[in-house]
Amino acid sequence: MPEPLLTRYLGQPGREEIDAYLATGGYRALARALRERTPDEIVAMVEASGLRGRGGAGFPTGRKWKLTPKRDGETRYLVVNADEGEPGTFKDRTLIEGDPHQIIEGMVITAYANQVHQAYIYLRGEFFLGHRRLSRALAEAYARGYVGRNILGSGFDLEIVIHRGAGAYICGEETALLESLEGRRGFPRLKPPYYPAVRGLYDRPTVLNNAETMAHIPHIVALGPEAYKSYGPPILYSVSGHVTRPGVKELPIGTPLREIIFEHAGGPRAGRSVKAVFPGGSSSAILTAEHLDTPADFESLQKLGSMLGSSAIIVLDDTTCIPAVIRRTVEFYRDESCGKCTPCREGTVWLSQILDRILCGRGRREDLDLLDSIARNMTGTCFCPLGESVPPSLRASLRYFRDEYAHHIEAGACDVAGGPHR
Amino acid sequence: MARVLSQAVLAEIERARARYPRPQSAVLPALHAAQEEVGYLSPEALDDVAEALGLPVTEVASVATFYSMFFTEPVGRHKIRVCTNLSCYLNGCEEILDHLCRTLGVRPGETTADGRVLVEVAECLAACEEAPVLLADEDRHGHMTPAKVDALLRALDREPSATSPTGPAGDA
Ligand SMILES: Cc1cc2nc3c(=O)[nH]c(=O)nc-3n(C[C@H](O)[C@H](O)[C@H](O)COP(=O)(O)O)c2cc1C
Ligand code: FES
Repeated sequence: MPEPLLTRYLGQPGREEIDAYLATGGYRALARALRERTPDEIVAMVEASGLRGRGGAGFPTGRKWKLTPKRDGETRYLVVNADEGEPGTFKDRTLIEGDPHQIIEGMVITAYANQVHQAYIYLRGEFFLGHRRLSRALAEAYARGYVGRNILGSGFDLEIVIHRGAGAYICGEETALLESLEGRRGFPRLKPPYYPAVRGLYDRPTVLNNAETMAHIPHIVALGPEAYKSYGPPILYSVSGHVTRPGVKELPIGTPLREIIFEHAGGPRAGRSVKAVFPGGSSSAILTAEHLDTPADFESLQKLGSMLGSSAIIVLDDTTCIPAVIRRTVEFYRDESCGKCTPCREGTVWLSQILDRILCGRGRREDLDLLDSIARNMTGTCFCPLGESVPPSLRASLRYFRDEYAHHIEAGACDVAGGPHR
Repeated sequence: MARVLSQAVLAEIERARARYPRPQSAVLPALHAAQEEVGYLSPEALDDVAEALGLPVTEVASVATFYSMFFTEPVGRHKIRVCTNLSCYLNGCEEILDHLCRTLGVRPGETTADGRVLVEVAECLAACEEAPVLLADEDRHGHMTPAKVDALLRALDREPSATSPTGPAGDA
């Protein structure tokens, strides 16, 4: 297995400070980029690396940068999405708290590659520690000349501003994030025409990338695309739930779920077995123990009707009541729905009411078809992908765990022992 | 003339405003700063923010009510937010929330009668590796147990108010 690249120094005391970062070659990729490479060469390197955005959608980063028009005299922006809110995902927070300079260096290189002079980091409001660490790291980077005017004597200027969110999951969605950054309610914008690359912040072309995406950039530039790829290419899996060694696992993309869960995350507690898995956050369709040999990559998970998403693997053992877990996820989307469109606003309320009824032992035989038909009616009709996140898991759970729902309805009780299921 | 915000906070809002091409972008930083000073976003605080940024107060109030971290009613001096999302749910967050609520005699969303502690449920705090997790003011506590909740509440008693503010966003 290759050495970790992004997480190699995580957990070392003082790693968040610039001297520790510099001591291991930090900001050298930036210096080389500014001295030896043209912006277009960097875009080409990132494209050749095959890097796909780590915010969930997996859009190729180099292609995204190429799609951003570079017209002379027109202001462009870089916006980094550090709003990390997809349930089960904690890789961005881990990097921000544990190695923030990696993200800052990635941002400066990205800004140079896209000829951007103003960048914003949209940081989740609840990340108090992350805010302290990132603010301090940014101040250090300014003081040493890695950010600001005439960076390292190259003539390139970049201002970076940290913008704190204030508690709204929807603001992780890129167009809602831009609304929020412009000082409004976080309602998503209509696509088209509001693709951030062409009409983003203040209607200007905007490169919008996830925080982990930024952390890959210095490594691609330092190693070159081919050597970078020989590390996997690496991605950060956030593994949690019923495992004995949860945490961020940096592994080659496409590592099988079984290996990630059992070898790297310690497997389930003694005497327990894996019953189900969310492979890409709670928006990804739930899978079963039968699927554990699937490589955790974009294509393989999509083939199963699920997705890699933010690569957050949530493991559920055999003490888990599946309908109760699905209710919890539906409640999340219900509470976080911005209310702008009807299918999402109303659909999530209906679904949670029916699930309540089933879990209280008052379910009806026709409820399972009703759940499925509401989920089907939400598919493709919601204004933004938040509402679209609900049907896949619900429908997959009805397919794989139908007996469990049926038992609740017929017996009026749960027969899974030991798990939380109120 | 400002009604409730101090000169220091107004200056902070002015600095925030300078970081963006449009003043409205400074609404979130300004609301954070105002809430830190006043404890919640009172009508007077919203007026001050609106005036400082040259925006209609209705616009500022509409933004404030959209975000769950902003309070437009008085709330407890300390805020405890218990994550109840999936990984925490799978690791016993309900016991933590129940214990906390029972000890303080409140329901989620309520503040103790003495105005000391607000208990809220939170969505995934992006710290699932430490489930069950809660935020007590600005500090995250992981691997929570009822005993750790008791210790936390005792520690809050010793500290009169929320941990100190972390300074303006993007201080550079
Ligand atoms: C409801 C919703 C929530 C999202 N939350 C996040 C988030 O917290 N962080 C993130 O980086 N991307 C999130 N995204 C994806 C962003 O819209 C966007 O695709 C991403 O930030 C682009 O960066 P990337 O190309 O580097 O992946 C979310 C999308 C949706 C629909
Ligand atoms: S589910 Fe509680 S921190 Fe993620």
